[in-house]
Amino acid sequence: MTVQPTAISQPKGNARNKRSFRGHEALIGLLFILPSLIGFTLFYAIPAVRGVIISFSDWDLLTPARSVGLENYVKLFKDPVFWKSLKVTVYYVLLNIPLQTVLAMVIAVMMSRLTKSVIIRAIIILPWLMPGVVVGLLWLWLMDPTLGIINEFLRAIGVGTVPFLALPKTAMPSIALINIWQYVGYTALLFFAGLQAIPGSVYEAAQIDGASENQMFWKVTIPLLRPVLVFVLVTSIIGSFQIFDTVAITTKGGPVNATKVLNFYIYEQAFGRFNMGYATAISMVLFLILIFISMVQMRLMRAGESDM
Amino acid sequence: MTAQAPTVHVPRRPFPWGKLVAWIALGILLFATLFPFYWMLRTALTFPTSVFKDTSSLLPVDPTLINFRRVLGLVPLAEVVALGGSGQPVNFFLALRNSIIVSLLVVIGQVTFCAMAAYAFARLRFPFRNQIFAIYIAAMMVPGIVMTIPNFILIRDLGWIDTFAGIVAPAFLMTPYAIFFLRQFFLGVNREVEEAALIDGASIPTVFLKVVLPMTMPAVTTVAVITFINAWNSYMWPLTVGSKETVRVLTVALGIFRSQTPQGAPDWSGLMAATTLAIIPTFVLFLFAGRKILDSIQFSGFK
Repeated sequence: MTVQPTAISQPKGNARNKRSFRGHEALIGLLFILPSLIGFTLFYAIPAVRGVIISFSDWDLLTPARSVGLENYVKLFKDPVFWKSLKVTVYYVLLNIPLQTVLAMVIAVMMSRLTKSVIIRAIIILPWLMPGVVVGLLWLWLMDPTLGIINEFLRAIGVGTVPFLALPKTAMPSIALINIWQYVGYTALLFFAGLQAIPGSVYEAAQIDGASENQMFWKVTIPLLRPVLVFVLVTSIIGSFQIFDTVAITTKGGPVNATKVLNFYIYEQAFGRFNMGYATAISMVLFLILIFISMVQMRLMRAGESDM
Repeated sequence: MTAQAPTVHVPRRPFPWGKLVAWIALGILLFATLFPFYWMLRTALTFPTSVFKDTSSLLPVDPTLINFRRVLGLVPLAEVVALGGSGQPVNFFLALRNSIIVSLLVVIGQVTFCAMAAYAFARLRFPFRNQIFAIYIAAMMVPGIVMTIPNFILIRDLGWIDTFAGIVAPAFLMTPYAIFFLRQFFLGVNREVEEAALIDGASIPTVFLKVVLPMTMPAVTTVAVITFINAWNSYMWPLTVGSKETVRVLTVALGIFRSQTPQGAPDWSGLMAATTLAIIPTFVLFLFAGRKILDSIQFSGFK
């Protein structure tokens, strides 16, 4: 699986031909990456630098930006809504990731035992392909307290009405549930692919040694699946920290800030109140959190290198 | 199976309870996945004022296509209001058109330029190749919102707010993911064919266009399909720079439609008709390219 990038070995010829081919190759290479380089510079590199600068200023877009030093970061420390927002985001990640990962693993193991059906895999992946906006609207309707089918069902079995997205206590778990519905199939498919890559002979050997099903899962499957597991965990944790669409459509951060996740709070500060500097400062904090997570990932990756 | 000992009737293989339980669990999973989609369609086909009665009816109540017609602006306004819809109907016909324009532009630009860059990173030798590639990859980790605010300001300075150019620009020339993904495929191409063409005197661009691209067409198509779906689904960026009706894409229109709901109950049948329309293109693409999408997901798990 490890293919090193190497250049096309140039046609045989004398040294001068070789040199001119090299120069030609370099020129074409640079021309080929030029559009992407322009795109990267304009929409990734410069904005990243500009973001840092904006975060040190006070700017409402109407009047010129005013440099305020660390003021935004100081304000952030004293802003209870920011802390609430950070807390709510972490709460969401903690609700979302463990349940989604375990569920996806169960589904993947189940599928690898039962069926390799393409149709079943296709169905499982469907929610992941849908716009977050559509998923949000759909579940808003399913979870509607008075008319929604889920509450019809809950009333029918005697549980009574659950105002999923309308109560501070239930709103975040409901959003986590919606996003698990959207992403669990995708995650399961990644695990499924990892399981397929484990050679059957490994299990046969374990069986001959008298390993039980349980032992095989924990001692064979999980260690061999570790690279995939780390990849999935990191990408889904980073993704979860940036949840926006579902919140923007269903609760708009409410009730009483119970679902005001960082991304939504930043967006609201920037495009609702035009506090560009303050919004950017919060986005930098989010960035730092994600860098920290990525560094933990590197550690885990390295620790897992010997496994496969 | 034949019991070996004549005295006891121990079947050699017990009934596979575990398997049965697993099949039932899988059945529940499939139901939980598909039922919301069914309910979306059921509601979209329910007559607007009948949404409030027989709320647990599994079939559409007073089945009708009027919801689709009214969200596409084919029903007179007075009638829409009488049916409980919003007085300012969101024009989904226009939004549908805008979504198609935006998504196609992004696909054409991104796939073309990313394929070129990916080929260069995979095969050609040029200064700072590995460093540039490493920086691209590092950019994948930067959260979208960090770019959104400065990019909004850039688009505003260019005077591109509420234009297709503004909505498309950040994804038109590259995304690190597409380059990464395509490079991976180009690395897997048999190099001998390319070398043979070069020795025959073909130029590098010719080799790329006439030899490599045809061989990797399935992978390039997959990237195109995934790029299309991503562009189709995106919400935050088009909401930021393109909320004016003339350029408003479907996801943004849906968000506005939701917040426009008249006092009391939202227009559920209209909303569900609009969401049904919004996911039809993805369903169609998935019907044709589902296998490729599945393969690409499984491929991405192995970095």
